[in-house]
Amino acid sequence: MSSTNSWPLWEVFIRSKRGLNHKHVGSLHATDAEMAIENARDVYTRRQEGISIWVVESVNISASDPKIMDAMFDPAADKIYRHPTFYDLPDALKHM
Amino acid sequence: MTTLDFETQFFARINKDEKIEPKDWMPEKYRKTLIRQMAQHAHSEIVGMLPEANYISRAPSLKRKAALLAKIQDEAGHGLYLYCAAETLGAERDNLMDELHTGKAKYSSIFNYPTLNWADMGAIGWLVDGAAILNQVPLCKCSFGPYARAMVRVCKEESFHQRQGFEILLALCNGTVEQKQMAQDSINRWWWPSMMMFGPSDSESTNSEYSMKTKIKRFSNDELRQRFVDASKPQADILGLTLPDPLLKYNEATKHWDYGQIDWDEFNNVVQGNGPCNKIRVKARKDAWDNGKWVRDAATAYSEKQRQRKLETKQLA
Repeated sequence: MSSTNSWPLWEVFIRSKRGLNHKHVGSLHATDAEMAIENARDVYTRRQEGISIWVVESVNISASDPKIMDAMFDPAADKIYRHPTFYDLPDALKHM
Repeated sequence: MTTLDFETQFFARINKDEKIEPKDWMPEKYRKTLIRQMAQHAHSEIVGMLPEANYISRAPSLKRKAALLAKIQDEAGHGLYLYCAAETLGAERDNLMDELHTGKAKYSSIFNYPTLNWADMGAIGWLVDGAAILNQVPLCKCSFGPYARAMVRVCKEESFHQRQGFEILLALCNGTVEQKQMAQDSINRWWWPSMMMFGPSDSESTNSEYSMKTKIKRFSNDELRQRFVDASKPQADILGLTLPDPLLKYNEATKHWDYGQIDWDEFNNVVQGNGPCNKIRVKARKDAWDNGKWVRDAATAYSEKQRQRKLETKQLA
């Protein structure tokens, strides 16, 4: 929580329909998880945008550091053999 | 990397039309400009609920009342999306509120004009929301990710606001002579303040250059104002209403509508706090905040009690 007396911040994730992942949509303030879900209903699903809501207190999220983004994600860049198109196969071979 | 490297990388990203996200390195000026603009935008949504609130109990039919309630609820939501976008840059909600209440932060001047009768709900929807949409659509492509994403949601929701306003005016214009006069009177009062919503002329606008350079802003105030005039004139014709500008004239050479001089003295006066409703708007917000304190305190106390109970139950088990 911040130095002020405001309610903690919660991140809101919404599943828009069955079969899809919950997706981050924004944040809001609430005293507890129950209130966060109720507020998220009113703030983020006024037009039937969701069928399920997850909330998590923002302080509980750990994030990768954008300053070391290159070191973090570059190792995957030169491993093109992880993709199916890397392999040279005859045209006669269908559906593989 | 040095600050200079970070800055080069930052502008390279901007120039490639990549988004800046909250934890990325950014110049202090970019952060400050965004916090100020997003907070001002959020405050405008929240204060913007006030001129309409008076008409919830005075709407002429259940349909109009339901639409007005939904519109005002959207505005609360839009304010919240924007506060949350500002908070991704480290702004504190309580401080933002405090700045609104002490007058340190501004909000759109349009909300310092009074709503005198039901026709004003139509004029606000058509002109004020229409102008807001023209301002907001380019912000969907703003360089700062959270602001752009909030704007996509806002724009999607706001198109009904303008349409319901236009429909209110259309009903009045198709009604009795007195009703049509009401609509015309309302347009007479709201046209020029709506024109001012795009801000000072490009030559006078102090923050514009940096905002354009960092792609927070994509079009200049005057460009957007021209679009507003060009869009509004044919719409006024459909209503059979006259826009209160004797100099309004189609320019064959530019293919735009030329318009008369905006009263910038009035604009500056309202921005500086001397509009017809500045004081009552801020007071209404401050009263709502102060009088709601016991509710916020009670909610905090309740949650704390629930937490304690859960702990005790766990210990017993």
